[in-house]
Amino acid sequence: MAAAMGREPSGPAEDETPGAAAAGAGREGGGGGGEEGEGRARGGAEAGGCYLALCARPVHFEKANPVNCVFFDEANKQVFAVRSGGATGVVVKGLEDRNPISFRMEDKGEVKCIKFSLGNKILAVQRTLKSVDFLNFIPDSPQLEYTQECKTKNANILGFCWTSSTEIVFITDQGIEFYQVLPEKRSLKLLKNQSINVNWYMYCPESSVILLSTTVLGNVLQPFYFKSGTMSKLSKFEIELPAAPKSSKLSLSERDIAMATIYGQLYVLYLRHHSRTSNSTGAEVVLYHLPREGSCKKTHILKLNRTGKFALNVVDNLVVVHHQDTETSVIFDIKLKGEFDGSTTIHQFVLPPRSIQPYQIPVAGPASVTSQAPVPCKLYSSSWIVFQPDIIISASEGYLWSLQVKLEPVVNLLLDKGKLMDFLLQRKECKMVILSVCSQMLSEPERGSLSVIATVFDKLNQEYKKYLEAEQSYTMVVETGLSRSNPLLKRPVRTQAVIDQSDMYTHVLSVFTEKKEAPHKFTIAVLMEYIRSLNQFQIAVQHYLYELVIKTLVQHNLFYMLHQFLQYHVLSDSKPLACLLLSLESIYPPAHQLSLDMLKRLSTANDEIVEVLLSKHQVLAALRFIRGIGGHDSISARKFLDAAKQAEDEMLFYTIFRFFEQRNQRLRGNPSFTPGEHCEEHVTFFKQVFGEHALMKPTTF
Amino acid sequence: MIMQILSAALQTFPPAVLSWTVWKCSVCGVEEKKILFYHPNEVEKNEKIRNVGLCEAIVQFTRTFSPTKPAKSLHTQKNRQFFHEPEENFWMVMVVRNPIIEKHKDGKPVYEYQEEELLLFNGTFLRAMEDGGVKVLKERLEKFFHRYLQTLHLQSCDLLDVFCGISFFPLDKMTYLKIQSFINRMEESLNIVKYTAFLYNDQLIWSGLEQDDMRILYKYLTTSLFPRHMEPELAGRDSPIRAEMPGNLQHYGRFLTGPLNLNDPETKCRFPKIFVNTDDTYEELHLIVYKAMSAAVCFMIDASIPPTLEFCRKLDSIVGPQLTVLASDICEQYNINKRISGAEKEPQFKFIYFNHMNLAEKSTIHMRKTPSISLASVHPDLMKILGDINSDFSRVDEDEEIIVKAMSDYWVVGKKSDQRELYVILNQKNVNLIEVNEEVKKLCATQFNNIFFLD
Repeated sequence: MAAAMGREPSGPAEDETPGAAAAGAGREGGGGGGEEGEGRARGGAEAGGCYLALCARPVHFEKANPVNCVFFDEANKQVFAVRSGGATGVVVKGLEDRNPISFRMEDKGEVKCIKFSLGNKILAVQRTLKSVDFLNFIPDSPQLEYTQECKTKNANILGFCWTSSTEIVFITDQGIEFYQVLPEKRSLKLLKNQSINVNWYMYCPESSVILLSTTVLGNVLQPFYFKSGTMSKLSKFEIELPAAPKSSKLSLSERDIAMATIYGQLYVLYLRHHSRTSNSTGAEVVLYHLPREGSCKKTHILKLNRTGKFALNVVDNLVVVHHQDTETSVIFDIKLKGEFDGSTTIHQFVLPPRSIQPYQIPVAGPASVTSQAPVPCKLYSSSWIVFQPDIIISASEGYLWSLQVKLEPVVNLLLDKGKLMDFLLQRKECKMVILSVCSQMLSEPERGSLSVIATVFDKLNQEYKKYLEAEQSYTMVVETGLSRSNPLLKRPVRTQAVIDQSDMYTHVLSVFTEKKEAPHKFTIAVLMEYIRSLNQFQIAVQHYLYELVIKTLVQHNLFYMLHQFLQYHVLSDSKPLACLLLSLESIYPPAHQLSLDMLKRLSTANDEIVEVLLSKHQVLAALRFIRGIGGHDSISARKFLDAAKQAEDEMLFYTIFRFFEQRNQRLRGNPSFTPGEHCEEHVTFFKQVFGEHALMKPTTF
Repeated sequence: MIMQILSAALQTFPPAVLSWTVWKCSVCGVEEKKILFYHPNEVEKNEKIRNVGLCEAIVQFTRTFSPTKPAKSLHTQKNRQFFHEPEENFWMVMVVRNPIIEKHKDGKPVYEYQEEELLLFNGTFLRAMEDGGVKVLKERLEKFFHRYLQTLHLQSCDLLDVFCGISFFPLDKMTYLKIQSFINRMEESLNIVKYTAFLYNDQLIWSGLEQDDMRILYKYLTTSLFPRHMEPELAGRDSPIRAEMPGNLQHYGRFLTGPLNLNDPETKCRFPKIFVNTDDTYEELHLIVYKAMSAAVCFMIDASIPPTLEFCRKLDSIVGPQLTVLASDICEQYNINKRISGAEKEPQFKFIYFNHMNLAEKSTIHMRKTPSISLASVHPDLMKILGDINSDFSRVDEDEEIIVKAMSDYWVVGKKSDQRELYVILNQKNVNLIEVNEEVKKLCATQFNNIFFLD
């Protein structure tokens, strides 16, 4: 069941002989490695930890039989069930669009290939080796079929691929022909063609690249790239065959080649089988990087360490290699560290081999009795056909699944937490799993050491910082108005791997500090480690993290520790933090000084400083402070006099009263207070204590 | 408040400790047994008994006038006696020869810290008596004071000794966090470590101990332990670069307390014992001081777990390499910060700053502290004025400011704001009070702009 095996839809879909369909890759058969692997596989399945699964909602289609032909289109991910050449109905089902399309068409002979253009606009059907028929599915357009013969004389059409909603490529044994379909005119226009001897072809719809196998051995691959009416020839490259072929016959099979986009780059994957002559320990997958410009290079080797029949999928940027003999699969992540030999990186599989999660086939049909138990599905069946990137089809049972990677089981299989984070951070649905890993490593029984915790925090914050930087530079470009000159500029996508402070706080740290099961030393060490990591990546720490630190320290009476942290400005200054400190004064008096210092440094909190001093009846100090910053002309006299009176110090009251009299004199030429200042009560009190004569006399000039 | 003091420099004998006694008050005891420690020991027994008896009489007599606050000192023509009751019924008496007619301020506080240091290393008297009776207590006192009195140099004591503060090493946030991380990891790997303190250049960066305990430990480290190890270093002996052990990373770490040679299986792993939190939990700890370049770490482990050679080797192999890297990081970062802030220039102001809240002290008057000689860069008389101002401050709670015109164009300014005290010495020709005030304001604005320090 090699990757490419079922790509020619007519073949395997019709073939019901078990084994025949999967005869692909395993040329040298099982061998000792296979048996050994089988044992492991069983153990693995029992122990759980299946990190691969078939999607829960597969596409169910009528299984292939002599009157029903089944085809799969990789571009639209649609299954076509063609009954009696279309005369009794064609049903099209896709993974994405759940509503099946059904129609009938005239039976004009055996259908070899059938595909919709992108957006289901035009249907193309190949019935002969020389021509392709077209049928419009656009509303209000001519409904009659039209035909295009291939231009090259004596050439046979190997197949065709839609590259857009109206552009199609014919691949013949003598070259390729690129057409534009004109549905209104019911005709095709040749845009470009190229003569080249073709053994077989392969199409990667994601990147619009067609790969042609040329030369006698078939190991020289010629890629073409298609984009909006243009066809460009990329540089060709040669696949290194494991051993020099004995005869000049086709030596590279399409079954051993796959194309997939991994981390945004197009790769050609070559399944190199174990050869008895070389000393290799097993088969391997060789990755050739195919850039849009420049030459194709061999970049990665994935070691399979086993022999037998294999199939490839690419899921979530992971290369999945299925091994039929052991009924297990392994995954590779080319972003993880490998052994670099100067030109290529050699990777071992990330996780121990495991079987795909057992799958129950739901009991079909609404008419069936509900009590009927679901049937377990035979995994790694020989009737399975695998398509890129993540499609598995069971022709015998009529199911199409997409393959999924489950991250939860990975946590217990990858014990090196640093490596685990590297792995998880590259996955699409990683956020909750990462957060649960963080929670897990902070609590018993699997508590990690501080250095491990530090490594994990650093990895998370590195990713977080990357996003913040991208976001920042985007905002800068937008703000400076440069965005118009750069239409390619896009707002950075926030992937799930961006775990910010609020995520950590809500899901990990606040829960962890509240549980109180860990010794407080550890709790504080973890919080400080997180803050250290944020600082290391120059990420501004949010106030709530500081609050958490302070709360924890206060709970354990570790005031001197808190004092030292503040002394070294580890907890950055802010008004809320200063207020929090003020509230601690009753249990830790030095907090008062710390808070005032912080307010002073903020330089925007002068009002707060005055309030703090007045509340402590330090009226003179408050007045001196406000005078020092030149704000004494606008302050409320009543507020100060109130505070002075509360202090129950007559001399203090006198001093403050006199100060404001002098201010009145200076500002208004008269020492008395205006009604708007609401100081009548204080004037009365002053007269009562010091006598009316003590009031300041207005100075006359 | 402005005071003008005419200070005449008088040629005097330096102040010196004439005697030091520790005794226990008891209603009916044989006189001689009361005495727990007597310095100098050569004094004839009867005289010892007579002196102690006299002290006890003074204490008991003065107590009748003030039961809660017994006499603290007695000033006589020739000398001055300080009485201190560190624990109930335990008395310490220090007799100091009078230096000049003016009273010397520094004796008393020094005396109290000394007691605390005693406490740090010996625990409470009562506890010691319970543990092993009077004999043990006597032995311990003998041992402690024998060394301690050698490090006490009254003639060079000044304001800094009054404060007995802690000098903190200035450091940026990131490096500080790295140190935090280092300490936490070390405490994790060496799980018997209960507390850790981290110093660089003899200045404190982190203390896991409470402030009061750290104050005394800091004093011990900076006035006794570090100086003892610095001299051999300067002399080139005991080269810090160790012979590389096979398979071991080269590092500069070594023990200041404990084993001298880890390769010698016979080496003794004995560490000084200290007593902390004597008020409540009363913990007895082993003090391990480990140093790499200028960075020193104190690991304190519970006294019930005797550190083995194996533990010391483990500590050495874990802490040594990391501390070496950290020490060079700190050094590098410190130099960068210094360059940025431009602090390399000679400070224009001579000042002493002290914060009672966190015991932080800062002085541009003192050179590096050494055990024997005071390196204050100003005239001793000016230092005495500082002492006088401090004594005035301690009498009131209010914030205040004192400006003193001293001899030969010197001005001394003392400021007290909340819990902070600042003393500035200015030397400018023909300046008036207003100009001096302006100068000090300038200093506050540049040196203390990040704290709330009222002008």
